[in-house]
Amino acid sequence: MSRIEARFGSFRAQRRKALILFVTAGDPDPALTVPLLHGLVEAGADILELGVPFSDPMADGPVIQRASERALAKGVSLRDVLEMVRSFRQRDGTTPIVLMGYANPIEAMGAERFIAAAAAAGVDGVIVVDYPPEECESFAALAKRHGIDPIFLLAPTSTGARVEEVARLGSGFIYYVSLKGVTGAGHLDVDAVLARLPQIRAATSLPIGVGFGIRDADSARRIAGQADAVVIASRLIEELESVPAAQVVERARAFVRPIREALDR
Amino acid sequence: MQMVDLPDARGHFGPYGGVFVAETLMHALAELRQAYDHCRGDAGFHQELRHELKHFVGRPSPVYHARRWSQQLGGAQIYLKREDLNHTGAHKINNTVGQALIARHMGKPRVIAETGAGQHGVATATVAARYGMQCVVYMGATDIERQAVNVYRMKLLGAAVVPVESGSKTLKDALNEAMRDWVTHVEDTFYIIGTVAGPHPYPMMVRDFQAVIGRECVEQMPELAGRQPDAVIACVGGGSNAMGIFHAYVPHAGVRLIGVEAAGEGIATGRHAASLCAGTPGVLHGNRTYLLQDANGQIAETHSISAGLDYPGVGPEHAWLKDSGRAEYVAVSDAEALQAFHDLCRYEGIIPALESAHALAYAAKLAATLPRDRLLLVNLSGRGDKDIPTVARLSGITL
Repeated sequence: MSRIEARFGSFRAQRRKALILFVTAGDPDPALTVPLLHGLVEAGADILELGVPFSDPMADGPVIQRASERALAKGVSLRDVLEMVRSFRQRDGTTPIVLMGYANPIEAMGAERFIAAAAAAGVDGVIVVDYPPEECESFAALAKRHGIDPIFLLAPTSTGARVEEVARLGSGFIYYVSLKGVTGAGHLDVDAVLARLPQIRAATSLPIGVGFGIRDADSARRIAGQADAVVIASRLIEELESVPAAQVVERARAFVRPIREALDR
Repeated sequence: MQMVDLPDARGHFGPYGGVFVAETLMHALAELRQAYDHCRGDAGFHQELRHELKHFVGRPSPVYHARRWSQQLGGAQIYLKREDLNHTGAHKINNTVGQALIARHMGKPRVIAETGAGQHGVATATVAARYGMQCVVYMGATDIERQAVNVYRMKLLGAAVVPVESGSKTLKDALNEAMRDWVTHVEDTFYIIGTVAGPHPYPMMVRDFQAVIGRECVEQMPELAGRQPDAVIACVGGGSNAMGIFHAYVPHAGVRLIGVEAAGEGIATGRHAASLCAGTPGVLHGNRTYLLQDANGQIAETHSISAGLDYPGVGPEHAWLKDSGRAEYVAVSDAEALQAFHDLCRYEGIIPALESAHALAYAAKLAATLPRDRLLLVNLSGRGDKDIPTVARLSGITL
């Protein structure tokens, strides 16, 4: 059983909702990433999403674009990201880590080499934003063979046939994109999300995480009423981007705690 | 070789092309494929397109024998396909008219576009005005500075021009930003991509709309020169004018197809935009193709004297034509292109776009090595009025 499956399994049993937090690897500084990940777990993160910086993050809004640019300016490569995961794993053997990024850095390394190295480093899942199911049948199979969950996005515009395709190919969980737009957009319609989730549930037994545009404890709690997990990314990065390096981890903890409490209430 | 049948149903040209986009765009692309399939098989659509190309764009564009320049070069005869004579001054409008008609068929009141040199932005703003659509053009902040006249042209035509400040602030970043706009306004917005790149069906659709260039040449060359050319030569940034003139010639096995990329300050300097000559396969902007990238898969910043060639990728069909050997790809430097620009001005009374000057420069080199009875057909994809400030500046002249 994968770490992701195990975590969702125990949460379902306890009727708890998972909190997934995203940071871009190497932002604001490569040396801060591992301490930041530990800090997020201490404050209540259940699953960590680690963004792999890319020069052309087409599906991301300005906040994650800036994070990617800051990390690239410090020379962070996919190899470095895997090294950060390996380092994190020395102290934390249970919290699932999902890498989220774009296809090109993976293809530049070579899919087989990447998946083998990711498995060895302790990665549990991968989201390749620009690998829709029709372009990555073999990549998904390769990931599964190495015990890594290929996680796919679904969107408000996804048809029933696409939901079934993602349910067939994906594992770990399904990432439901809560709005029509890019990451961090400001027009989340919670009711529309809640209305769509039952249709996805009907097609899959995979847990559903919801992200893109969740900005506070209140919207997180309302979404968690129907979803298995909520994902917070841009809002966390925004919170950290103006903070001096020495205070980043503490600020992250302070940001996460009330959301955790709201989810557990 | 059955290459004219490509791409396959999922948009693949061999290992290239495809639909590498986030799930958030998959539905919009499916809708577009459906609409394009419908229009492609609709006689009424083709009739209207032909009418617009004739009466609004001014097609067919002539083929012209550059006799004096050929004589000067002392070798093969150079013929020019005069896409510079189209309305708005470049081949770009062939495609924007077609896509705008599809947008209208789909009932989308708003069109968006990315632009580098501004020619595709102008062509999009033009058709938006013609068909009464709202128009937003994304343009890198760096390109806005170097193409001020085209920015003003777009504004005169009623378009909003949005400066893109992310990444390298050039064409690739404008494309990213246009995709983000599309994903956010997917119900009422049609994204008019300007080149044969992007996710399926764009590479195929843009090629189909530009293929009128080559179809006309296949008729015009025998009329004017008595036979088909020995080689067809076109510049390649994203590759739309090249695909447009190549497509009808792909089955003509005796005709060499030569794409000319921007070598910038020289391939060895790293400051160039020659994705096919110096790049490696990867995934960007929705398709798999040759890219300029570093060892970690980050997209490289490119350089060319011509903003329209300043792009780190290339249309996937070119990647396929390269690997299959049907087309050859070469690169010429800023300096060589500039020389050809001046030569065409002085010997033929035609001011070419700096993009097209790359094709001219290679044609000049090749012509000099061939006998006088050989025929080279060059796609003169655009006129150079937009480049006059750049050329003047490089000549040390303040206008």
